[in-house]
Amino acid sequence: MMTNHGNRLTQGQFSFLPDLTDEQITKQIKYALNHGWAVSIEYTDDPHPRNTYWEMFGMPMFDLKDPAGILMEVNSCRKTFPNHYVRVTAFSSARGTESPAMSYIVNRPAKEPGFGLVRQESEGRMIRYTVHSYATDKAENERY
Amino acid sequence: MNESVKMSDDTQNAVDLEAEFRSSNVQEVLDKLDRELVGLVPVKTRIREVAALLLVDRLRRQFELTSQTPTLHMCFTGNPGTGKTTVAMRMGQILKRLGYVREGHLVTVTRDDLVGQYIGHTAPKTKEVIKKAMGGVLFIDEAYYLYKPENERDYGAESIEILLQVMENNRDDLVVILAGYKDKMDRFFQSNPGMRSRIAHHVDFPDYQPEELLAIAELMLADQNYHFSPNAREAFTRYLKLRMTLEHFANARSVRNALDRARLRQANRLFGRRTSPITRDDLMTLDAEDILASRVFQEGQLDQVPAR
Repeated sequence: MMTNHGNRLTQGQFSFLPDLTDEQITKQIKYALNHGWAVSIEYTDDPHPRNTYWEMFGMPMFDLKDPAGILMEVNSCRKTFPNHYVRVTAFSSARGTESPAMSYIVNRPAKEPGFGLVRQESEGRMIRYTVHSYATDKAENERY
Repeated sequence: MNESVKMSDDTQNAVDLEAEFRSSNVQEVLDKLDRELVGLVPVKTRIREVAALLLVDRLRRQFELTSQTPTLHMCFTGNPGTGKTTVAMRMGQILKRLGYVREGHLVTVTRDDLVGQYIGHTAPKTKEVIKKAMGGVLFIDEAYYLYKPENERDYGAESIEILLQVMENNRDDLVVILAGYKDKMDRFFQSNPGMRSRIAHHVDFPDYQPEELLAIAELMLADQNYHFSPNAREAFTRYLKLRMTLEHFANARSVRNALDRARLRQANRLFGRRTSPITRDDLMTLDAEDILASRVFQEGQLDQVPAR
């Protein structure tokens, strides 16, 4: 039974919702900036849940006051990688947190093949399970 | 009959410019500008015009009369110390009040912050500055240094190109203000005609008159809880006249430096008579001798120049 129609990747915030519009993204960025978090843009074509570190698109943006500059970068990343996953991450440097405080996907490939479950039989009758992204069967940059 | 119906209909639709004006709190900013900035008539007139245009634009939008967002990129020219940076700082606040920019902060940069040191360094550097300034005002001081015609491999041109593009495409996001000395800016615009045409407002900051400089001096002192004694005011007027004829006169900046030195002398004077009690008023008053001790009076020389 298929529980996730269209195999939409559900990672980070808002991923069960329809794609955010630019206006909504702007408001989310504004929220991060109001908290003094450094916003950065990352992309990848390997959406495995354990693939924590995506490629950075430019430097993290410090000392910004207005979301327009970040939205500009988001759009230029979408233009460069129209068929990659792109996410916006807000890093909180507050002591004790020092980690991303927000992270949400702002661009996804037109067709997302989703994940398959690989079963491996091992000693005894034990079964090991692996989550495998269909997209990664192909070489990098040819996946979507 | 029909005529009168139409008339009343029109007045009903009319909006109150006065109410709009009051709700924007612009008057407060303009008053503050008048109070705290002495002289600078052409600058104030231009700011008033811009304020009026933005208010009227806002009303027009209520009637769904669309017009393009006006370009507000500016160029401030004038001699050193005529208040270019101060006005730019105010500009951010004014534009925010009028709802033209979202944040109203000022990002001050010079050539070093925009132009990189090797190939491929300039574009990210310039873009980073632009991103920081978005929602506010980007103030480029001594903008003419961006373009160095004598070196054709200079990266300044690349920076100018990016700036031009942003000034055109992101008009809603930021206001660019260039500043510099008049003659050098003129030369800069001659070699960059694209820049000239994208800047709608060229504002020239006039030099201050002696009485304006005195008023500035008194404002500066009041800010720091000092004041002139009557003799000192007279002495300072004479000081200004002499100082203005000397070289390196930088208007308000020279005034500030002169006052700083007068404060030093006042402190020294008070220290010299430390055995007698000193009142609060003593601590606040600059006396004539604090000013007359300046070398400008004695030798017609600048204070900074070591005596030979």
